[in-house]
Amino acid sequence: MGVIVDDPSASWPSGVEEIEHTADWAIRVSAPSAAELFRRAALGLYHLAGMRLTATPRHERRLQLTGVDWESLLVAWLNELLFLQEHEGLAYDEIRIVAVDREVLQAELGGGRVIAWTRDIKAVTFHNLHVEEGPAGWRATIVFDV
Amino acid sequence: MVAKNAFIRRQPYLWEIPADFRPAMKVPLWLFADEPLLDDALGDQSIEQALNVASLPGVVGRVVVMPDVHQGYGMPIGGVMASSLPNGIISPGAVGYDINCGVRLLSSAIELEAVRGLLPELAAALYNDCPSGVGTKGRIPLSAADFERVCLEGARWALAHGLAEAQDLARTEEDGCLEGAQPEVVSERAKQRGRPQLGTLGAGNHFIEVDFVEQVFNHAAAHAMGLREGCLAVQIHCGSRGFGHQVCTDFVQDLQSAVHRYHIDLPDRELVCAPFESREGQAYLGAMKAAANYAFANRQVLAHLARGSIERVLAGHVRNIHLRQVYDIAHNMAKVETHQIEGRPVQVCVHRKGATRAFGPGAREVPEEYRALGQPVLVPGSMGTASWVLLGTEASMALTFGSACHGAGRVMSRAQAKREVRGDRLRGELEQRGIQIRAGSLPGLAEEAPQAYKDVDRVVNVIHQAGLATKVARLRPVAVVKG
Repeated sequence: MGVIVDDPSASWPSGVEEIEHTADWAIRVSAPSAAELFRRAALGLYHLAGMRLTATPRHERRLQLTGVDWESLLVAWLNELLFLQEHEGLAYDEIRIVAVDREVLQAELGGGRVIAWTRDIKAVTFHNLHVEEGPAGWRATIVFDV
Repeated sequence: MVAKNAFIRRQPYLWEIPADFRPAMKVPLWLFADEPLLDDALGDQSIEQALNVASLPGVVGRVVVMPDVHQGYGMPIGGVMASSLPNGIISPGAVGYDINCGVRLLSSAIELEAVRGLLPELAAALYNDCPSGVGTKGRIPLSAADFERVCLEGARWALAHGLAEAQDLARTEEDGCLEGAQPEVVSERAKQRGRPQLGTLGAGNHFIEVDFVEQVFNHAAAHAMGLREGCLAVQIHCGSRGFGHQVCTDFVQDLQSAVHRYHIDLPDRELVCAPFESREGQAYLGAMKAAANYAFANRQVLAHLARGSIERVLAGHVRNIHLRQVYDIAHNMAKVETHQIEGRPVQVCVHRKGATRAFGPGAREVPEEYRALGQPVLVPGSMGTASWVLLGTEASMALTFGSACHGAGRVMSRAQAKREVRGDRLRGELEQRGIQIRAGSLPGLAEEAPQAYKDVDRVVNVIHQAGLATKVARLRPVAVVKG
């Protein structure tokens, strides 16, 4: 049995920190590249959901998504993972961003069937969402509706 | 952050930030609060978010903020915004992801003291009979054709399938069905999420609660609603599940490019919107109505299941075990209504996010049996604290586009609640106070701890004192079921 996180109070994935929000949940993601930002954001989403998945059989998938800009693409990416989790019962602990620019993302995913998750995330929001590239790398703060 | 001195106290419970506070604002902000609740509102981003809403194109009158306000995304929870028609906007972000999240209240003649010993069994029956928790599927198989009927007919679909009583629909906002739903504009993905979930509670702050009527303040109204002191009542709080979440997700994403086509400047991209009469605006309205109807049907199915639990557990112990619907009310919705603005009637699209309709006596939208009284307003408290039944007033029509508060309102983040509260200890404390708890997740229970919420009695006192709705009855929980 593979586990992305089996204890929701365990530490957050590298480059992901929790931000206080009165009603919902918010995370700040930092990464050296846009591709890594998208990968870490996905792991942060799974951590927040308290995702547990099977180690075998492995399930592989390729994704291509589009957006109108970085923020739209990031929201589309995370919402895609939420849909796959809820509707197909699949989650991914191996995430390779093959290519990403401000409008197109290509990813190769490896994972398994979802055993359980502890928190329903209704959606990924655009609220105060800015994907920014600065001297220290890439950053985004993401608010989830729970 | 907005400072307290930005507010002008217009009335004892009404605080205004004038429209000239920021150049982009088109209307003033009206916050209904006493001073401690004003301080609470200033403790997070609620007011900033409401000021953003006051800057949207076509917004008219005022942006109203209720005393249970807290920070959300885009529009704060506890916000009311109206845009003028036909030239104003409609905003999926100002309705929220849980379209037609709402509350249903059922009353009874079952005396608490006659069944107190059966409460553990009753709580267990409700927990087992009413599917709840993360990832839970419903027990009603829906064909594609059935799903479309649910989208078009709402609670009427449940009545046709033996899952409702005719009076339930008459005592539901809009009779449990918004006309004009367009399932054909809803994505396949939304339908895929919605089909397996009808008749499910979900998780988070959704619940089924058995209460007793602790105190009646308006005996005539309580009598009309079947609320008797010392007798049980049942509340159901949930919405449109993954179906509504996906409808909102789809339109918030799709409209990101539409705002450029319509030259709309947004203070926050979550407030994305489209002109009401545009193709995109009408498509969202049709999809939102489909999700709203699904939510009406969802609460109706849950009410049917709850009736079954009550009847099975209490049959033979008390004589009259029928649960009579008091009302079912939405608190996340956009609706076309007519309101007086600057002395003349104006057709507007009222967006209520974490706020309920609260129409006064005489309004034709209020069920006939309540019309002389005003519309019932249901205000659930936090887990373990009181809930309230109120009546809408003429003042709410004049001040708040016929709206009132929807609950207690959070004041503590989920992360802080989890740090400070242990789910197992909280459950023990509540059970020591005579409240049965059945919850699928103890960390989830901790996030919903009563101390994470404002004092609902204080919130309701503001609403009552400001004249937006008046007190009918106060309820106390004796059993809580959460996902």
